[in-house]
Amino acid sequence: MLQINKDGLQTTVQDLGRRGFQKYGVIVSGVMDPYAHRIANVLVGNPETDSTIEITLVGPQLTFLEDCLFALTGGDLSPLLNEVPIKMWRPIFAKKGCKLTFGKPLSGCRTYLAVAGGIAVPEVMDSKSTYLRAGIGGYEGRALQKGDIVQIDELSQNIRSFIGKIASANTDSSFIQVDWTLMTQAIPTYQSQATVRVTEGRQSHLFDVNSQHAFYKEVFQISSDSDRMGYRLKGPQLELNEAKELLSEGVSFGSIQVPPDGQPIILMADRQTTGGYPKIGQVASIDLSKVSQLKPGESIRFEKITLEEAQRALLNERRLITQLTKSISLKFKEDI
Amino acid sequence: MMEITYSPLGDEAIVMEVGNEISKEATNLVRSITKRLEETLIDSIVEVIPAFTTVTVFYEVTMEFQYKDVKKLIEKTLEEMEDFDSIEQRTIVIPVCYGGEYGPDIEFVAKHNQLSVEEVIAIHSSGTYEVNMIGFAPGFPFIDGMSEMIAAPRRTTPRLRIPERSVGIAGLQTGVYPIETPGGWQLIGRTPMNLFLPNEDIPSLLQAGDRIVFKPITDEEYAELEENIHAAD
Repeated sequence: MLQINKDGLQTTVQDLGRRGFQKYGVIVSGVMDPYAHRIANVLVGNPETDSTIEITLVGPQLTFLEDCLFALTGGDLSPLLNEVPIKMWRPIFAKKGCKLTFGKPLSGCRTYLAVAGGIAVPEVMDSKSTYLRAGIGGYEGRALQKGDIVQIDELSQNIRSFIGKIASANTDSSFIQVDWTLMTQAIPTYQSQATVRVTEGRQSHLFDVNSQHAFYKEVFQISSDSDRMGYRLKGPQLELNEAKELLSEGVSFGSIQVPPDGQPIILMADRQTTGGYPKIGQVASIDLSKVSQLKPGESIRFEKITLEEAQRALLNERRLITQLTKSISLKFKEDI
Repeated sequence: MMEITYSPLGDEAIVMEVGNEISKEATNLVRSITKRLEETLIDSIVEVIPAFTTVTVFYEVTMEFQYKDVKKLIEKTLEEMEDFDSIEQRTIVIPVCYGGEYGPDIEFVAKHNQLSVEEVIAIHSSGTYEVNMIGFAPGFPFIDGMSEMIAAPRRTTPRLRIPERSVGIAGLQTGVYPIETPGGWQLIGRTPMNLFLPNEDIPSLLQAGDRIVFKPITDEEYAELEENIHAAD
């Protein structure tokens, strides 16, 4: 069990989203940074589809009410365990009573907390993701707050024996960080100016030539009213060849819509299912994680790639995760 | 049959477009394509979003299943599609308590159209409506068929909170808010019925293609229905 002692800015239970119900207007929700989420799960022996806790900019304070294997990935919000700085991107064994807190955001803006066994909240429409506006999923359909007690699911036999091994090798420390982590190229670095790959939008051709050009050449700034639903950008005005009313149609994670004010919006995890603004581009799935770690005030440049390149990059990432999963599961079996 | 064009929506979805304006034919074709794809490709695709004139299919990319492969598979599946008129149309009755605390803008709508409140209710509840698509919010229907005689512009300042199940008008559209949201629609009433059903297999009362009838009810009937429906909550 985890006990929340302080809320944090927005701390929610998420998984890879609620799929299959968009045709009923039910949004996907789910994590903003799918890569960090998957890796956090893998590091504690969970399936990558399990639920994690998404922590945003200002972290919560929480106490482990039982012995627990956990991992933190994503943005670096200066995590501390019992007031000692701890490392990210590796499993940590915390004994009952350990307190997890966060300090200053150093890079990125969303941290993922995975605990071995996974967060035990009921599935709503096949998913544990929190859908704040409808008040369903996650922990009672809302963000975690002070006083909440979060249950953890059963551990696998493998992880239980791994925990047993670390605990008996280090009887006097209150927590233990393993001495291995991921290979360097598997740990992203988050920059305050990101170059993000995009593929052609469904309505790219409706924009005037100057706008199409400016979209790939200029730098856009993330505005302060950006959230899990969408990132609003500030930059050169993007205009259509002629004003046109479009019919609403399906949109997806990373669709870049341009409303009549000419300032693009990147649709994120809590986007609506359909939208009627023209789409000038589409963030390649591989780079959604990068966008999700950008904070208001930071900036973004777009680089055009082909659909084939985008799909190939995505497949490469999947392969990397499979490979990491294999080597980590071997680590769990090693003697300490 | 109308022609179908295909284009990618990013690297994990494909869009089929059957036209660029709302029509009965487009709605039917969208429904038939959706039904066909869901029935035959259930294991190969993630999900489908039908809209006014488009069907968006989400898929998981693998080595063997990239854009071109998905497109080919869908084309093949649709070749064998049955005639699209064969889908049955349901009629759903939505009881509405008009005016009063539930419909604070009904006087505005009446005045705007130089009608009495009673006339607004009579016109709104005698129309034949059809659901074109579900979107915007869970279970929210985009409804076609409202009379021009009761059209009204959106509020200049949107409300921060519109209670769930409110019935509203915006321009030529009418709709029901399934969950509490901010919004600029003119509110004319409220229904005791839930449009969003998160615990049901099909979490939306309405589906594209449904016919809707709005039936006026009194405050007392509203209270009774609300109590019955929400007793189980």
